[in-house]
Amino acid sequence: MRDIRLQVMWNRLLSVVEEQARALVRTAFSTSAREAGDISAGVFDLEGRMLAQAVTGTPGHVNSMARSVVHFLHEFPADTMRPGDHFITNDPWKGTGHLYDIVITSPAFHDGKLVALFSCTTHVVDIGGLGQSPDGRQVYHEGLFIPLLPLVRGGVWDESLLRMVRANVREAVQVEGDIHALVACNLIGERRLSAMMAEHGIADLDELGTHIIERSQAGMEAAIRALPQGSWDGHMRIDGYDAPIDLRARVTIAGDHVAVDYAGTSGASAYGINCPICYTEAYTAFGVKCIAAPTIPNNAGTLDAVRVTAPEGSIVNALHPAAVNARSTIGHMLPDVVYGALHQCIPGRVPAEGTSNLWNLKLGAGHGITGPTGQPFMVTTFHSGGAGARPRQDGLSATPFPSGVRNVPVEITETVAPVVVWTKELRPDSGGAGRQRGGLGQVMEVEHRHGAPFGIFATFERVHYPARGREGGQPGAAGRLSLADGTVLKGKGFQVIPAGGRLVVEMPGGGGYGPPEERNPAAAARDAEAGLVAKPLMQLSDK
Amino acid sequence: MLRLAVDIGGTFTDLVLEEDGQSWSTKLLTTPAAPEQAVLEGTRRILALAERQPAQLGLVVHGTTLATNALIERKGARTALVTTEGFRDSIEIAWEHRFEQYDIHMERPEPLVPRPWRRGVPERIAADGAVLKPLDEAALRAVAADFRRDGIEAVAVCFLHSFTHEAHERRAGEILAEELPGVALSLSCEVAPEIREYERASTTIANAYVQPLMAGYLGRLESGLREAGIAAPLLLMMSSGGVTTVETARRYPVRLVESGPAGGAILAQAVAAECGLDRAVAFDMGGTTAKLTLLDGLELQRSRQFEVARAYRFVQGSGIPVRIPVIELVEIGAGGGSIARRDALGRIQVGPDSAGSVPGPACYGNGGTEPTVTDADAALGRLDPARFAGGSIPLHLDRAAAALAGLGEDAAAGVAEIVDETMASAARVHAVENGKDTAERTLIAFGGAAPLHAARLARKLGMARVVVPVGAGVGSAHGFLRAPIAYEVVRTRHMRLDALDAGVLEALFAAMRAEAEAVVRLGAPGEALVETRTGFMRYRGQGHEIAVPITTLDAAALRAGFDAAYAALFGRTIPRLEVEALTWTLALATSRPLPSPAAEPPSRPAPAPAAWRMVLDPATGLREEAALHERAALAPGMALEGPALVVEDATTTVVPRGATVHVNALGQLVLEIAS
Repeated sequence: MRDIRLQVMWNRLLSVVEEQARALVRTAFSTSAREAGDISAGVFDLEGRMLAQAVTGTPGHVNSMARSVVHFLHEFPADTMRPGDHFITNDPWKGTGHLYDIVITSPAFHDGKLVALFSCTTHVVDIGGLGQSPDGRQVYHEGLFIPLLPLVRGGVWDESLLRMVRANVREAVQVEGDIHALVACNLIGERRLSAMMAEHGIADLDELGTHIIERSQAGMEAAIRALPQGSWDGHMRIDGYDAPIDLRARVTIAGDHVAVDYAGTSGASAYGINCPICYTEAYTAFGVKCIAAPTIPNNAGTLDAVRVTAPEGSIVNALHPAAVNARSTIGHMLPDVVYGALHQCIPGRVPAEGTSNLWNLKLGAGHGITGPTGQPFMVTTFHSGGAGARPRQDGLSATPFPSGVRNVPVEITETVAPVVVWTKELRPDSGGAGRQRGGLGQVMEVEHRHGAPFGIFATFERVHYPARGREGGQPGAAGRLSLADGTVLKGKGFQVIPAGGRLVVEMPGGGGYGPPEERNPAAAARDAEAGLVAKPLMQLSDK
Repeated sequence: MLRLAVDIGGTFTDLVLEEDGQSWSTKLLTTPAAPEQAVLEGTRRILALAERQPAQLGLVVHGTTLATNALIERKGARTALVTTEGFRDSIEIAWEHRFEQYDIHMERPEPLVPRPWRRGVPERIAADGAVLKPLDEAALRAVAADFRRDGIEAVAVCFLHSFTHEAHERRAGEILAEELPGVALSLSCEVAPEIREYERASTTIANAYVQPLMAGYLGRLESGLREAGIAAPLLLMMSSGGVTTVETARRYPVRLVESGPAGGAILAQAVAAECGLDRAVAFDMGGTTAKLTLLDGLELQRSRQFEVARAYRFVQGSGIPVRIPVIELVEIGAGGGSIARRDALGRIQVGPDSAGSVPGPACYGNGGTEPTVTDADAALGRLDPARFAGGSIPLHLDRAAAALAGLGEDAAAGVAEIVDETMASAARVHAVENGKDTAERTLIAFGGAAPLHAARLARKLGMARVVVPVGAGVGSAHGFLRAPIAYEVVRTRHMRLDALDAGVLEALFAAMRAEAEAVVRLGAPGEALVETRTGFMRYRGQGHEIAVPITTLDAAALRAGFDAAYAALFGRTIPRLEVEALTWTLALATSRPLPSPAAEPPSRPAPAPAAWRMVLDPATGLREEAALHERAALAPGMALEGPALVVEDATTTVVPRGATVHVNALGQLVLEIAS
């Protein structure tokens, strides 16, 4: 019965962090938090080991937030924490990778005794600086930097800090609202944890925490030991901002852990697409876990089984003061690099490369951006190209991976911003041909509602280097950003669509899997009938 | 008045007949090929049982899973979609998301309309209602010709922003009616005039998809009832918890999905009123799923978001979204037939897959070998092997034990604990999402498996009381007879509260009232009606609206209403932020006063137990003798102490040690659980 009791409490702990996370999603302001679940919530022991984490929309916080709690404990030792304390940071290197993510860590007390820490993070609406642009050259350009600081002490808020935040961001009320939401969400966690401990009559989390970590560690180890042992190399070249970037990973499967080393990867960029190591770790661990042990809950026991290293100063271990705002541009590509290596080790288990990078439309107009004409606006809508084909399934069309975001309806976008979306449809022939076809990208065409100029903050990948297929599968179509008059735009950086112009966004497709001539004829015919492929693949095999 | 309720479920068709406080019930197997057969046969049987004549019936209320099943099994009409050029893939692109983060093998549900039958025509309305491009009627006629060639049976029309400016959809409807006589048409501006193109198109398509099937069924049922000599009006149960006329059901059949659970919730509401419960949770646990609904101040939680046919472990986002008025409930894959196993970490997992009725749990002895919740309940001693399902299914305890042995030590207790914990987690997360708490409520348990698990679930949720109503096994049908005749109308009209135009809103609500009244008056010509207005509002910049009850149409009152609703949900407001409203609803219902609380009956001694059984309590791990009582032998005023089992045909109520149970004036079992 002891085993069952511990399992029941483990389930309860997962439910506690789930409640904590749901409360945050419902109250957050930024598009990415509410539509994409770009938040994280977890409970930690007093050494900063994560015991449970909510399953939320984006894996980017998977272990970056987990590590962040250790940084908090280093600055504010557990024995100095009091009831009603809450601590804050948005340090990209000690938080979750860019200034937009605010992390709050709070001690949780039960019967007057410190028993755990709750931590949560969300992507706020604005953090000052250049805004949602990848054009920053140093982190100093990217907005307000909040070091590890006390935010609330014994229930008393640091008003000076809040004033400083308000003065430095464009949407002060909403950002402050999000900070309050983060604190409230940790308080929900504390309350629920305390109720659970009272119900089960436990005074601390020692036995439960040990059980969770040991069980998870053992499960993760068993999964890793079931893989072939050895080292394999993956390499992928991507567009970069102004020059191509080589991402290289050596994946070593060695008994109880998987080591991923990014030696040989290009150096940091002069623009804001650099990735701090915490974010590199997050997406690497996520990619490995999807393949090796997708069902084991995330906690310190599983996180320690994936060990990530990268040369300091490389684009996947960018150091202060590198600009990091669009760090997801690199982070989202990392599972594909790791899969390139894993495919050699366990053929038939990993998908082909996909678009991977999100094709979000960040549009705006206003003073200093497009000039004084028309009403100022700023809008971000989430969209995706095609995902890579799976070994036995076609790739998902217009679906993100590894990110887990959800789109914004066109009708909502048009209601809140002066734009008209004339087309949003699957892009025929964009999925890489193969026995399993890559997922299709989509085409969007956007105009200003009143013909005024507007700008786009582009952070698009796969424009020059498309997603590659596996085992003879063809690459997906490359992405393309242009105007309806034929003008080609760059995949990265801020650009203006002139008055009356129409922006055409052709999103990339995923790579195919296996030789196209082995495609099931019925599936090929279905694609042709649906108009998803203009040239039926049957003709290829007739050659 | 003699009133009949008929609930067609996946396995059984339940019938309940009521007259002046007297009631009869019966159950027979559903006849999927022609569901009206079981309805007509059941009606004949129950009238014979009650010794009444068909002509004496004053009302027939009917709920059916037919529409839901057609959507799940993809057995609806050959359906096509006409949409704005450039948007034919909206329903395939859906939310562009993966609902299972770590599963690289995940698939999204196939759209109900394949791509060749999704056709864009040139036209465009802007967000403010302006016409950016007129409807190309010739193009539409050409599309209609293709549909004719392809033998299309139903067409859904969904243009962007049609909820703001209907003209293009209305004109398209006229043209399609001319070009495609006899084809069922659904316009999004009628079915779901609400912002968000994917959800609106999905709802309109689902409506079109089931329309021919439901029209045929309802026609056959009506004539069948007529031939049987029944002249009583026929009303249909909707997912909203209201009933409507056959005519409305034919036009908007999508509103009939999930009517069974809605009936259960309506029953729970009546029980809460009878017992004077201010805060309750309705708990319905059957063979495949469990459903939980929150009740506050006798009000059911309502929502306009629902997903049919969740294909993937009941995960949110894996089904077909429909925007219809529904009673908000959380549904999880936890029922008597749910299969238990150990995962890679050695943890017991229960469900969401179910052994169903074939082969069923191992203890049925029909070839099932995987351990289920019912097997665990049997092994714990909670079920009398000779009394299960009224004795119609003899239980094989040895097979239950053999199936559970594969799970290792303490398996039966482990399975029961984990399934109860899973349901408790779902209830807690559901409550927090609605800004509520489960503690100190009363659990109202019905459905075959609920009374077995209710006491433990209540304890996990911090509740001290459980009520098991009479006829818990046919709860939904009982609920049908208590449902008001109702209809809800929705409109999207984006408005900032600081720029509120009360005149526009008044006109909007007047039009909505007229539309709702036309529908409700069909079924309730002379009755008094209750109108409920709701605005769906948010802080400008947020992505989700919250429901705000509306009393007065002025900016200050709306703002105050929003602040109160927001604070109730999230515990705070944000004073300096603007508020905007997107969508408005008006619900109109006949006034159905809820019953008043019944007085406690004088206490009377309980009879001696019919037998004793060894029962294991998973909460304590202790095995001891429990007193077995026939529910029929317990009269109002009688009380017992746990450990005890109260047995009836359709279920068994588990009363653990430390709990008491008494029978109230209405014959309901009331458990009090010490904390």
